[in-house]
Amino acid sequence: MDAISGLAMGFGAALTPINLGWALLGCFLGTAIGVLPGIGPALTIALLLPVTFKVEATGAFILFCGVFYGAMYGGSTTSILLNTPGESGSIITALEGAKMARNGRAGPALVTAAVGSFVAGTVGTLGISFIGPIVVDLALKLGPAEYFSLMLLCFVTVSAVLGGSALRGLTSLGFGLLLGLVGIDLQTGQPRMTFGIPELLDGVNVVLVAVALFAVGETLHLAWRHVEGKQEVRPIGRLWMSRTDWKRSIGPWLRGSFLGFPFGVLPAGGTEMPTMLSYYAEQKLVKPEHRGEFGTTGAIEGVAGPEAANNAAAAGVLVPMLTLGLPTSATAAIMLSAFQSYGIQPGPMLFTQQAALVWTLIASLYIANVMLVVLNLPLVGLWARILKIPTPQLYAGILVFATIGTYGISNSVTDLVLLYGIGIIAMFMRRFDFPTAPVVIGMILGPMAEQALRQALTISQGDWSTFVTRPISLGILVLAAAALAGPRLWGLWRRTRRPA
Amino acid sequence: MNQTFPQGGTPRADLGVGLFVLLLGLLALYAAWAIPDSPLYAQVGAKAVPYLVGAIMVVLGIGLSASALRGGWSQDIEEAMEAPPTNWRALGLLGAGLLVQIALIDWLGFVIAATIQYVLVCSAFGSRKPLRDLAIGIVVTLGAYLAFSRLLGVNIGAGVLEGIL
Repeated sequence: MDAISGLAMGFGAALTPINLGWALLGCFLGTAIGVLPGIGPALTIALLLPVTFKVEATGAFILFCGVFYGAMYGGSTTSILLNTPGESGSIITALEGAKMARNGRAGPALVTAAVGSFVAGTVGTLGISFIGPIVVDLALKLGPAEYFSLMLLCFVTVSAVLGGSALRGLTSLGFGLLLGLVGIDLQTGQPRMTFGIPELLDGVNVVLVAVALFAVGETLHLAWRHVEGKQEVRPIGRLWMSRTDWKRSIGPWLRGSFLGFPFGVLPAGGTEMPTMLSYYAEQKLVKPEHRGEFGTTGAIEGVAGPEAANNAAAAGVLVPMLTLGLPTSATAAIMLSAFQSYGIQPGPMLFTQQAALVWTLIASLYIANVMLVVLNLPLVGLWARILKIPTPQLYAGILVFATIGTYGISNSVTDLVLLYGIGIIAMFMRRFDFPTAPVVIGMILGPMAEQALRQALTISQGDWSTFVTRPISLGILVLAAAALAGPRLWGLWRRTRRPA
Repeated sequence: MNQTFPQGGTPRADLGVGLFVLLLGLLALYAAWAIPDSPLYAQVGAKAVPYLVGAIMVVLGIGLSASALRGGWSQDIEEAMEAPPTNWRALGLLGAGLLVQIALIDWLGFVIAATIQYVLVCSAFGSRKPLRDLAIGIVVTLGAYLAFSRLLGVNIGAGVLEGIL
């Protein structure tokens, strides 16, 4: 099905009152959660996963997409008014945004972030609609061997290419792979890594792990070095952009969107790289008379560009998730597990077998995007009030929801022990700068990769060379090796060339 | 080397992390070895991938330990270097909150256990008004209970208060 007729069908299904209601609820919840410092869309969708038992798939995914887009809008509000980026993609927004707020320009910063998110969301969603089907056509030609190589590439890029250190990123990934191995092996029925504990036969639940990493670990880490004191929420001022502000924002919005989207589509994940690139680009491209505002009073270009890049990259992540079934961010991994709980396996077949669901989901992304830009600015006073929830009550509340979300899985105290135990590991991961997203990605993608590996080797009758004799598979593996070794070789080359 | 490290020697802490990962890898190798052999024929059995992941974790653990012995990576983490000293009071109260939840949830039910946890976590983060926290805590936990059990249809188990509702 081509994009136009797909979208027509999708909008037809998404524009029913009940589905619009799901979208609105998702946008509202997502923004509120995105505004709260320290928690994000992955945790929210994980806690909302029980919805999948009660609601049909379309409604649930419209809700999740609303949360996904909403949390990105909300995140920028926090970085601007509080100077505490809620997630890694907002760090750059906080740089200039918080400076603008300190100089009484919080209003324009919030508007440029919101409109920039809308522009980026639109570019990103258009990208999903038109690039998605093309990727699907290519993906249908891939066999298990190519799939396994693609997953290896994905593992390398999400853990070793971005972030501080390949060693630490890969360790996080390995931890996730181990968690994914726990339970009964589907092919042979053997219990694996259960240490004789019957509760572990069903495997470790992904909701439990996400909640432990993103809620319990975060709370423990905050308590570890807690110093009492209040954070100041900057006043919003007038929500209005002058003509100059508009003129200065349009370029960065578009550049940020077109820079961010490809980063999301490539199985690289991560929003740090595109937001940083956008920031440096805008710093270079800014008119000389405004250059002095960067890093001092706050330049609007430095909010508009990175914020657009952040949202476009996050939207781009949906392309590999929907077309290949490869999650490259923690949120995408949780959404993938939601598909699995409906018995749907995302991948190239999704666009043909579940065409109605996919196109309704994509249409609801357009709807959520419009809802968010309309809702957000008028409601910004409400979001600012959410920021004023005192730290003790906020984190006590987060733990209550973390506990009920985990206990609800199977009413087992063993799950709570696991939740708090993995939470303690997550606290140390935060302290020692181990990324947490690869854990969730490894846990979801690991079992899929193992299945692809075994299928490929069954087809080749146990011949491991199948991965390097099939040209596409070999190409992907070379790419993965280059992604792993490339940055280090480049650094070495630069060091040897530098005059002593 | 005459470098001084704040917080009592971070390379040692980094080494601890490296050894922990190494231990985790060895544990995974043991668990992979303990998987019973399958009577079913398969090109790749149930053990291959666990062995592989365990071995990778061992290699990574050795790598992290080696990096720690060369001075560690913590000194490059600004956030960790500028962090205030460990707040034992906050960690202790928070830990107590988690233990209370584990000990009481099956016995008294979610609402009561979580309310006690709520008050303890609030005081961990410096709240000085336990009675007010208790009141807010009851509202929050009841709200969470009703949202999950009624709206999402999740079974949160039976408890003293849940039986009345």
